[in-house]
Amino acid sequence: MKFRPFRLSLLSLSLLIPAALCAVILFLLIYSAPAIGFNGLGFVTGITWNLGDLYGDPVSVRGFTVPNGADYGILVFVTGTLLSSFIAILIAVPLSVGAAIFLAEAVPHHIRPVLSLLVELVAVVPSVVFGLWGIAVLIPLIGHYVSPSGNGYGLLTASIVLALMITPIIATTLLDALLQVPKENRESAFGLGATHFEVVTKAMMPMVRTTLIGGIVLALGRALGETLAVAMVAGGALNIMPTSLFSPISTIASFILTQLDSAESDPTNMAVRSLAEIALVLFVITLAMNAGAKLLTSGALNVRKRQA
Amino acid sequence: MSASARLKLTARPARSLQELRRTIVSRIGWVACGLALLCVIGPLLDIVGVVAYRGLAAFSIKLFTSTSNGVTGGLLNAIEGTFIISLFGMLIAVPVGIGAGIYLSEYGSNRVGGVIRFLSDVLTGTPSIVLGYFSYIVFVTSLGWGFSLIAAAITLAILIVPYLARITELALRQVPVSMREAAFALGATEPTVVFRVILPGAATGVMTGALLALAISVGETAPLIYTAGWSNFLWNGRFTNEPVGYLTYVIWTFIDQPNAQSHALAFAAAFLVMMVVLAINIGVRLTVRRSTRVV
Repeated sequence: MKFRPFRLSLLSLSLLIPAALCAVILFLLIYSAPAIGFNGLGFVTGITWNLGDLYGDPVSVRGFTVPNGADYGILVFVTGTLLSSFIAILIAVPLSVGAAIFLAEAVPHHIRPVLSLLVELVAVVPSVVFGLWGIAVLIPLIGHYVSPSGNGYGLLTASIVLALMITPIIATTLLDALLQVPKENRESAFGLGATHFEVVTKAMMPMVRTTLIGGIVLALGRALGETLAVAMVAGGALNIMPTSLFSPISTIASFILTQLDSAESDPTNMAVRSLAEIALVLFVITLAMNAGAKLLTSGALNVRKRQA
Repeated sequence: MSASARLKLTARPARSLQELRRTIVSRIGWVACGLALLCVIGPLLDIVGVVAYRGLAAFSIKLFTSTSNGVTGGLLNAIEGTFIISLFGMLIAVPVGIGAGIYLSEYGSNRVGGVIRFLSDVLTGTPSIVLGYFSYIVFVTSLGWGFSLIAAAITLAILIVPYLARITELALRQVPVSMREAAFALGATEPTVVFRVILPGAATGVMTGALLALAISVGETAPLIYTAGWSNFLWNGRFTNEPVGYLTYVIWTFIDQPNAQSHALAFAAAFLVMMVVLAINIGVRLTVRRSTRVV
């Protein structure tokens, strides 16, 4: 094979991307290895996150040097993450399906670009600005009118903010798919005497179902990793499982964000290592979601090809 | 005549009931869909309105001329910090991202290209807080750089390189194959074809990618909290062991302070960040739409 310096230099530049990804995984693994050994399986089933006695002498537990009484369990944060993302999906799916149908079918051609631009812009508003809006507008609203305790911070607020942030992902995916439904399908449904709305719901929606599911899983991946907005409105629960829609929660991402200062004060470093293990758990969860979305969307292509 | 009238009389009530039901269901359905669209766009308009109203109310000359002092003062250090972090992040990310995009578009239709593309997607989907934590344990503590400009810039670069590579690849693929063939037929070498023919032909697309990446880096917070730290002072030119302040940090921490001055600063910072991000995104989308309409 001919030696091609130009190609090789471009290749080495592009190999930096996989290298960065591998470095992230590798260093998180290496750094959290002692924590993985110390925490064992209790890490994901434990409710208590206790840094232990940071001022006393560290003790040796099962061969690991940790502060006296240290106990790292993340079930509260895993639950918070899954619950808030799940409720966010429950809110976001009807909203984005409705919005996409309206944009695709009911809006005049010359207005559609403006409205779909607005929907796309929702997705680019920085997370921290969403959080600020949540604190300034949503929390007083929910605290005053909805929450029985008068406190707006908690699971419901976090889910609503998350839902608003992921709606454009689902809506734009679905809108693109709806605009690509063959004209023949719509026309034959009209020809059978269906109303316009029935054409959309009974002839067009079934055709884009797989794309819709792919979009939802993609949005779920985004919601699970969302950090700033959630950290600002979720209330930050520690060592307590959520019991209602208004319970304060912590998600994995928001917990990592807010805990570094206290973890740093651990002289044995086990707390910082455990945070690295949490980051690894979050990485695995989002990776699974994104891989799922990818499989589903490529599967959708196959289905469409078979039908054609 | 009478037969058809009788037919109407007998057939109509049954049909119209069902028709009525279907019409009503459709009406309700459309109204629900319209309301859903309102629920998506309404909050955006409210966010822009609230942030603009409260942010502009906090604007003053002092905001842009003095640095922050604790949780009050001005935003000069944060504005400068956001600018230099994004600048150095882009300086690292643009060569890598565009180079990777060129490779993927021109030579990446093999297995290597597929693997790079897949792993690049995985990196895009990685939560930014995970990247920030990685940088914290590697750059800030293990390498001993401390909270610093270089740690923040590298983290941002890791975050935006996959976007840049993807958008560059898509832009270069739009350039017709015939232009490549024509250049090669004239005896041009591979670098000449790439830099003199393909890149100029896709300049708008590549610029679009760079601008969108800039918008992302201006609006990001999570990867910087662990890498840039926070400083009340202007940057003194050091790349390591010198924390840098930035606008999104002001939003995230000052809103938790009890005094109104800090809240005003948070809204002013949010307004600046939001305007930059929205201006870039609207501008890019309008130009892209116009250029595709011409084609």
